Amino acid sequence: MAFDTFREFLAMGGHATYVWSAWGLTAVLLLGAVLHARFERRQVLRQLRRRVRREAHQAGRNAGAQPIQTSRGRSTNEA
Amino acid sequence: MWAFINKLRSPKWFYAISARLQPWFWAAALILIVTGTIWGLAFAPADYQQGNSFRIIYVHVPAAFLAQSIFVSLAVTGLVFMVWKIKIADMAATVMAPLGAAMTFVALFSGAVWGVPTWGTWWMWDARLTSMLILLFLYLGVIALRGAFASRDSASRAASVLAMVGVINIPIIKYSVDWWYTLHQPATFTVTGRAAMPMEMWLPLLIMVLGFYSFFIALTLMRTRSEILRRESSKRWVRELAEEAN
Repeated sequence: MAFDTFREFLAMGGHATYVWSAWGLTAVLLLGAVLHARFERRQVLRQLRRRVRREAHQAGRNAGAQPIQTSRGRSTNEA
Repeated sequence: MWAFINKLRSPKWFYAISARLQPWFWAAALILIVTGTIWGLAFAPADYQQGNSFRIIYVHVPAAFLAQSIFVSLAVTGLVFMVWKIKIADMAATVMAPLGAAMTFVALFSGAVWGVPTWGTWWMWDARLTSMLILLFLYLGVIALRGAFASRDSASRAASVLAMVGVINIPIIKYSVDWWYTLHQPATFTVTGRAAMPMEMWLPLLIMVLGFYSFFIALTLMRTRSEILRRESSKRWVRELAEEAN
C-alpha cells in the first residue's frame, strides 16, 4: 500500500486534481460506452421485433379477404 | 483456408461465434481493469520525481495504445472491405471508430493534466502531441464521412479510404518522440526489451493495457452484433432471431 490513510489516498500527494480528473474521464467514457452498447442492442431488437410484427400483420391481412374497391375509391374488407 | 474465410465473412456465422466469445472478453476486461486500477492507484509506489501524478500513466498509456491500434484496425477493415467487399469488416469499422476517438481524447486529456505538474504546461506543439491531435481529427473525419452520404456504400468507401490514407499518421505518432525529441519522452513502456521502470510499476501497467484491449474486443463484438441486426434486418435468420432474443 502506497498510502497510510484513505485521506492521503484521495489527496494523491497534492496531485488530486490531475490524477482524479484523468481517471474520472476514463471511467466515465468506458462506462458510458458499455451503457450505450447495451441501450443500442435493446433498441435494435425492439425495432426489429416491431418490424417483424407489423409485416406479419400486413401479410395476414393480405392473405385474408381481398380488399374491394368501393364507389368512393376507398378499399374495405367488410363486404 | 478459403472455407474459413468464407465462413468469417458471413454475418450469421459471426453473430453466432461472437456470442460465445463475448463473455470471455468482458470477464477478462473487468478482472484486468479492476486489478490494474487498484494496483496502480493504491499499491504501486509513488514516482521519486513525479510523486503520485505518475499514476495517470495507468490510463494514459493504455488509452494511447488503443487509440492507435483502433485506427490501424480501421485501415485494415477498410482495405478488406474495399478489396473483397466483405460487409462484416465495414460493420466492425463503423462501431470501432467512436471508441477510437474517445480513447484518443482520453490520451490527450490525461496527457494535458499530467503535463501541468510535470512539464509546467498542459499543451505545446510538440510532435507527439500534435500528431495525436491530428489522429483525433482523423477519427472525427471518419465518423463524419459515414453520416455524410445518402448511400451506405459510398459512405463506407469514403470512410475506408480516409482510414487507409490517415493510417500514415500512426508511424509518425510512434516515431515522433525519436525524430523530434522536444517535450514528450520516448516510450517508457515496452513488452519486449528492458522496461524503463521498476517491476512493481510496470506490471499494473501491463495489466491495464491488456484490460483495455479486452474491453475494446468485447465492445466491438457486442456492437458489431447490433450492427448486423440493423443492416441485415430483412434476412430471414435475423427475423427469426428477433422473436427469441432479448
